[in-house]
Amino acid sequence: MSERRYPGRVAAPGLAIGPLLRLPDPVGHLAACSNGEPGAERARLTAAIAAARDAVAALAAGDGEAMAADILGFQLAMLEDPALAEAAIAAVDEGADAAAAWQAAMAAQIAVFAGDDDAYFRARATDLEDLRDRVLLALYGDRSDPPALAAGAVVLARELTPSRFLALDRQRLAGVALEAGSPASHVAMLARARGIPLLVDLGAIGEAAGEPGDGRVVIDASATGAGALIVGPSPVTLEHYGRSAATEQTEALAAAGMVGKPAVTAAGRRITMMLNVDDPDAVPDDLLRASDGIGLLRSEFLCLDRAELPDEATQYAAYRRLLQRLGGRPLILRTFDIGGDKPHRAVPLPREANPFLGLRGVRLCLARPEIFRPQLRAAIRAAAHGPLSVMLPMVSRAQEVAAVRALLDAEAADLGLGVPRLGIMVETPAAALTLDTMPIDFASIGSGDLTQYVMAAARDAAGPVAALADPLDPAVRRLLRLVVETARQRRLPLSLCGDMAADRAGLEAVLAVGLEQLSVPPAALGRVKLWISRVNG
Amino acid sequence: MRGATTRRVQSTITHPTGLHARPAVKFTKLAKLYDADVRLRGLPDGDWVDAKSIVKVLALKLKTGTVVEIEAVGAGAEAAIADLAGLVERNFDE
Repeated sequence: MSERRYPGRVAAPGLAIGPLLRLPDPVGHLAACSNGEPGAERARLTAAIAAARDAVAALAAGDGEAMAADILGFQLAMLEDPALAEAAIAAVDEGADAAAAWQAAMAAQIAVFAGDDDAYFRARATDLEDLRDRVLLALYGDRSDPPALAAGAVVLARELTPSRFLALDRQRLAGVALEAGSPASHVAMLARARGIPLLVDLGAIGEAAGEPGDGRVVIDASATGAGALIVGPSPVTLEHYGRSAATEQTEALAAAGMVGKPAVTAAGRRITMMLNVDDPDAVPDDLLRASDGIGLLRSEFLCLDRAELPDEATQYAAYRRLLQRLGGRPLILRTFDIGGDKPHRAVPLPREANPFLGLRGVRLCLARPEIFRPQLRAAIRAAAHGPLSVMLPMVSRAQEVAAVRALLDAEAADLGLGVPRLGIMVETPAAALTLDTMPIDFASIGSGDLTQYVMAAARDAAGPVAALADPLDPAVRRLLRLVVETARQRRLPLSLCGDMAADRAGLEAVLAVGLEQLSVPPAALGRVKLWISRVNG
Repeated sequence: MRGATTRRVQSTITHPTGLHARPAVKFTKLAKLYDADVRLRGLPDGDWVDAKSIVKVLALKLKTGTVVEIEAVGAGAEAAIADLAGLVERNFDE
């Protein structure tokens, strides 16, 4: 059988190879039930709801994890609310069959959420489907056990509800692939918290992929954004992923032990380890507490799946909540990095022949104060509650920083609050070469963009150009040394928040030029600390 | 008959994901502690719903930035209003 690749979206990162288990939709295969007396049907329905409630309560009592407890507590509250079954009971009293009445009543409530334009409320439809299915199973007297998983199993389903996900044996579950699903779902939050790779949005996959004995499949959710389910992997594919998985496993064990420890080189140099955060909800509290703070908050996370940019109040609430979760650790907020290769539908921009060199980052923010001003005000207000700093992307000249500083001073004066620390990403050669003139309190090197601009090689290039986009090229290293030296002379706090620090050779180069503050993706924290402990310098 | 006390207050939802699952659990649980009848609606023109019903509160799909109005009628109305508005203002203690 030839190998087939089904592209999907990564909702929880990781890599999994294992036997495929296709889960059918829970109630699709159940036959309709005969119509009883209204009184009897009403009693059956209320008993089924009570049984579903007890099942959820039992699950909640058995799972000590805070996030699972929250989600199950929500389901419990829904099942205990008489309003949930109001319409179904009315229909039963008029002679409808309990199951049909329940399904129709729930369909109406699910529709309220399924069509919403907000991803968060849209995802609540799955919670209601979960409740609907639980009650239906109880109505049909279903006593089936949770599916038996082979060790390291990869589960494929159309959609998975939180209770079905929680019923899977977590010791045996290697990964999950969903034809539908959403990164905003409760299942996605649970998968991220448990480190189980999850792909969503795969589209309909033929029955052929679901046959037992189909052999192993691969979930490649190792990159951010796009991933794939590989069915019928060729021996070459299996070996490729198998090798990554085996090495990953040994290193992962050692790395996991390092997460909560301070990062110290073999020579005794203490390295400050912060996190690059895309979506704060995807980073558990214990990981935040194991870090030295957030070195790069990609504030675009607030715009995902939204038709409009978030207003000042929304941003203020999000930043303040994150500061609370950080418990006194610093938060470096990078202002919206929209434009260029990262467009947003709320910000229509002219088409550019070369978006990487176009209207993006701070250039766009300065050109569009209606976008920038609410963010600066939210940052100033949040900074009154904790150590929040503002960091600007794509700065080329000192004048840009001076312009932002003027805006920041004016808004702070208007609010009667202090001015937060202001810094820049060093990601253009211009900023690197003129770092001594920048009116800033700190700087952080964005190694990915800096490399592409120094080498004139796109970071997403393929073929021979991809080899040029090398952060270890002597040209990039010389510029890094200049930046480190300039910062030292100015006594300017300097960190590096690019991907370079999450790559072993890159990390060694960065430590060799004398950087002592790094910011890495949350999933890489343990691994990078492990590597640091092996560096003799 | 003693005249039923009616109290109303307005408050703004500031939680980034709105009045969603977890905040709705907290809100309705708190409302249920009071004997007073408590209703909730989104301004300017949302329908009033029973603030003790999580099913109905969630179905309002109150997004961040929405100004809500809370009304309590009957015994303990004043305290109910103060507590519920306080919970919204404290961002549901999150």
